[in-house]
Amino acid sequence: MRKLPVILTLVALLALLGGCGSSSDDDTGSTSASAADCEPGNLATQSDGVLTVATDEPAYPPYFIDNDPTNGKGFESAVAYAIAEHLGYPKAKVRWTVEPFNSSYAPGPKDFDFDVNQISITPARQKVVDFSKPYYTANQAVVALKDSEAAKATSIEELGDTKLGVQIGTTSLDAVEDVIDPSEEPQVFNNSSDTVTALKNGQVEAIVVDVPTALYLVAAEIEDAGVVGQFSAPGGDQWGALLAKDSPLTACVSKAVAELEESGELEALNERWMSKAAGAPELE
Amino acid sequence: MSESAAILSDRRLERETAKRRQARRSQAIAAASTLVVLGGLLTWILTSPGWPEVRETFFNWEVFKESFPDVLRGFWLDVKLMVIVEVAVLAIGLLIALVRTSRAPALFPLRMLGTVFVDVFRGIPTILLVYLVGFGIPALQLTGLPTDPVVLGGIALTLSYSAYVAEVYRAGIGSVHRGQRDAALAVGLTDSQAMRHVILPQAVRRVAPPLLNDFVALQKDVALVSILGPQEAFRIAQIIQGENFNYTPLIAAALLYLAITVPLARLVDRMGGPEGAVR
Repeated sequence: MRKLPVILTLVALLALLGGCGSSSDDDTGSTSASAADCEPGNLATQSDGVLTVATDEPAYPPYFIDNDPTNGKGFESAVAYAIAEHLGYPKAKVRWTVEPFNSSYAPGPKDFDFDVNQISITPARQKVVDFSKPYYTANQAVVALKDSEAAKATSIEELGDTKLGVQIGTTSLDAVEDVIDPSEEPQVFNNSSDTVTALKNGQVEAIVVDVPTALYLVAAEIEDAGVVGQFSAPGGDQWGALLAKDSPLTACVSKAVAELEESGELEALNERWMSKAAGAPELE
Repeated sequence: MSESAAILSDRRLERETAKRRQARRSQAIAAASTLVVLGGLLTWILTSPGWPEVRETFFNWEVFKESFPDVLRGFWLDVKLMVIVEVAVLAIGLLIALVRTSRAPALFPLRMLGTVFVDVFRGIPTILLVYLVGFGIPALQLTGLPTDPVVLGGIALTLSYSAYVAEVYRAGIGSVHRGQRDAALAVGLTDSQAMRHVILPQAVRRVAPPLLNDFVALQKDVALVSILGPQEAFRIAQIIQGENFNYTPLIAAALLYLAITVPLARLVDRMGGPEGAVR
């Protein structure tokens, strides 16, 4: 009977696991604060009078330039400052903080007001966090070394036997599995630079990334690589600013994005930083 | 207790009952203290302000059910890799230990190499070694060298753990009294025969528990291979985590690792314990 304490411990552990039941509160995710709540420069931000914006470190081009979000250069840096401007926070009132992708959605208090990090909006993710109205819709691009078999592909089907690499946490993996469905399991890397290294090393034959990333990579990082083509992820891949679940700011940020869209400002930023995106041929 | 009851004196009976009473008492105390400590801990966690959110994001039964089969599929790769690496480690580790304990003057360069091997590969964090081997070897672009991430990761783990295991073997060999070797030589065995038939059998038996302990450690460290891209348990758990913004798949992976490490740990306990010591 000296097992009794052991049994009690096990019971307690089970209680912890089992007590989790299935309390899936299905909320439709429509946080609709009235527009009047978005008093310029006076929102319920983390620290009074300052808007705290987060992104990962390192921050990659063309979304951020020189790994410095504060310089306003790069698509997402520019979009973040534009949103801030619309919320009544001029550049001096915007503070940046580093938030790794994997902790951006962790439970508990957040130390940012919103996070811009090429984060795709999906229904599963919306159960845990809030997203603003999307500020970008990304296609997926296939990048391969110019002298490789994969570079000759003109259709999705011809990529079926390619050894593919993607970055973890991205919707590129879903896109690969749903659209290309390769015979060999794709390799999943920690970050963008590992994915690129694997392609350079020949550990994978091609990589799948967002179109703007692909264009940047072939222009600046991997000289002997080219964009094989682009395809759209199932359901489209839209990026939004990430906010804490039920954040009072969600509606305001969404409103700011909508205004940027209407005024054509968003399109201009898109053009400026992500321009050549339309250049890659469509893969069917 | 099947001794003849006839010769039990009153005194002895009394002593027995007292012993039983004491045993019952300590069990009751152990149970009560377990209840108090665990109950307190549980209440403390379950009533914390963040618990509902943590329950939803770390202990979500729906996500668990959904992700477990995928994580389990990845775990199979971990198990295969672990077994292959362990076999290689036991062989290479022994070889290095033999080299390092050899006495022949001609083997000095090998002994030096053995020392350098152990110093270097035991001194580098395993994750760094996995990274360097995994991305460095393919970068050489040499034909004939492996580019498969599982093979490369396996090589890195083998290098790291061989260094540890070599030291365990060496400690075992050193623990065999020198009289054993002298006696073996005295009856006409050569140096290598003495090592093989007299010293090693005793040494290996003595270090079996620490060897198994390193095996437990290796079993967890195979997850490090995930940084090279293969979809093993930890990586698949991370993928599902990123898709759902929910950490529960990591709990599923943790349970799978535990399912192997805990029985192994009990085995180590038993081997090291007073009653089951391997002799």
